[in-house]
Amino acid sequence: MDGRSSPAPFLIFTYGNPSRGDDALGPFMFDMLEAYKQETGQLDDVDLLTDFQLQIEHAIDLEHRQRILFVDAGVTCREPYELQRLKAERDDSFTTHAMSPASVLSVYQQINIAEAPPAYLLTIRAYEFGLGLAMSNKANENLQKAFDFIADGSWLRQIETDDVEQMNLKG
Amino acid sequence: MTSALETAANPQDMKRIVIEPLTRVEGHGKVTLLQGKNRNIRQARLHITEFRGFEKFIQGRPYWELPVLVQRLCGICPVSHHLAAAKATDMIVGARQLTPTAEKVRRLMHYGQTMQSHALHFFHLCSPDLLFGYDDEVRHRNIVGVIEDSPELAKQGVLLRKYGQEVIRVTAGKRIHGTGAIPGGVNKSLSKDEVHYLQDDIAQMIGWAQGAVDLLKKVFFEHFEYHLAFASIESSMMSLVQEDGAFELYHGGLRANDKAGNTIFDHVDYRKYNDYIRESVKDWSYMKFPFISSLGEEKGWYRVGPLARVNNCDYFSTPLAEAERKEFMAIGKGLPVQSTMGYHWARLIELLHCTEAIAELLCDSDIVGNDLRTKGEMQSHGTGVIEAPRGTLFHHYEIDDQGIVEKASLIVSTTNNNQAMNESIRKVANQYLDGHRLSEALLNQVEVAIRAYDPCLSCATHAIGKMPMELNLVDNNGALVDRLEKRVDGQIKRTL
Repeated sequence: MDGRSSPAPFLIFTYGNPSRGDDALGPFMFDMLEAYKQETGQLDDVDLLTDFQLQIEHAIDLEHRQRILFVDAGVTCREPYELQRLKAERDDSFTTHAMSPASVLSVYQQINIAEAPPAYLLTIRAYEFGLGLAMSNKANENLQKAFDFIADGSWLRQIETDDVEQMNLKG
Repeated sequence: MTSALETAANPQDMKRIVIEPLTRVEGHGKVTLLQGKNRNIRQARLHITEFRGFEKFIQGRPYWELPVLVQRLCGICPVSHHLAAAKATDMIVGARQLTPTAEKVRRLMHYGQTMQSHALHFFHLCSPDLLFGYDDEVRHRNIVGVIEDSPELAKQGVLLRKYGQEVIRVTAGKRIHGTGAIPGGVNKSLSKDEVHYLQDDIAQMIGWAQGAVDLLKKVFFEHFEYHLAFASIESSMMSLVQEDGAFELYHGGLRANDKAGNTIFDHVDYRKYNDYIRESVKDWSYMKFPFISSLGEEKGWYRVGPLARVNNCDYFSTPLAEAERKEFMAIGKGLPVQSTMGYHWARLIELLHCTEAIAELLCDSDIVGNDLRTKGEMQSHGTGVIEAPRGTLFHHYEIDDQGIVEKASLIVSTTNNNQAMNESIRKVANQYLDGHRLSEALLNQVEVAIRAYDPCLSCATHAIGKMPMELNLVDNNGALVDRLEKRVDGQIKRTL
């Protein structure tokens, strides 16, 4: 029930509000990756999705994937970004209108009665989230570095070569 | 408003309980309960970080951008703002009557978003309260608990929500930031393939929606008196209705009835809402307090949303929802149903109606038509009003000669329910928080009352690690006497 053809093996799911200052990091990453995909023909095995925030129905978007990368803005991660392996987890985000990626994985596992595909979270360091604010210069610099990390395939190489359970890489 | 429990006579003799922020309520809120010397709750206030900056965000932008721009105000209900702004810009471009295709495609979008919003609220946000009881462990009272106990029900919730999102995607052109509604109409209709795609699953959706109503009724009647009384208040109610009094979500006249069901005003042209609704300001809240001007500030507050809509309408146009409405209204015994927990029941009747209405529209050839847009003589201002999932939503804009927005005024659904939520909190606090030590169970009662209204305090900002909850008990000298912390991992600890 998603109106699309069969899903690509890799999914990059960005989220955030483009009009909330650095919360735009996710959707801006989506725009950059989409343009890169069209211009270069790269990432042809990657589906790109974006939304304001994560919700229960996004568990369906995770089906039939080999790897999933969520991209979000965060104020507590190191600069310029952090990559971490996600583990399906009930957390308190279940109790709000928005969910964490770990809790979406948990919903996936419960409704499919199966392990979720390996999933990772790339958190780009953010600073300000006010309505109508432009993205800060520092966040923009972090975005460019994070984009390079995805576009040149570094993220895939890292998750394939490192002990992913221990992964918490500084960008 | 100077309700006795809102402004206590001798606040210096009281101690203060602060609950912040609320969980399962979007954004940040804070509840302050002020106790008197005898430990009775004397003062209760729901503080909300209001949608400040909305108007400034919009001012200076060209009017034709509004339907897209305003979606960024709220990550929870962007389609509601999209459609309200589109209706306001219809007026600006002089489009007095949309083409049948444009109106029906917009309605389809609106039913889709109401369906997905209501499905989320019932299956994800409130059903744990109803299914497991308010004293259940918090970590069980979430969707995981629902899934563990009723995996099929949880999956239905996910798929109902997904279906609603698909209706939005098909009608708006995109999953988010859609451009479906434009000034004077829509920019696309549906293809026959899209119609068939949505038709494939709609019968299943109707069945699941009916099942949700049946489940809710079963739960409601199991503890009937409790659900009638919990957080119950007597209020006026306002909503849109059709010309013949039928239930309406997208376009109609404003109807307000008092607590006994008597008419305050009816079939009011919503473009003149300023003649009927005013807003007051209180120094302790960023959120305004709307009231019916003819009743005055103290008595004029009202409720909006599913409870108001189902109470106010004369009938539903779809058969299953109409049958459920009759059963719902019967518990009022001739008077409006004032039960705050009745919001949940009414919400699911609306969910059922939306699925039925979608099924009807998918059989209507107008939704694949090509006559998409109309226009007339330009106007300097425009007003758009819809019934958003959470209640009546007002958008008003004034533009200059270049089409740039000079003034924007919004009354969002949650603001309409502001005073009502405060009243319900007072009711619960006075009943359940009478001088006891802070506890998770007591906190739950307050949150359950607020959640019934499904308030959207969205800021769509979700920086990870920024949603802890803190419950403080402070005496009138400012000394912290008790504190509970609810951390982002869901752990609750007494930290004093």
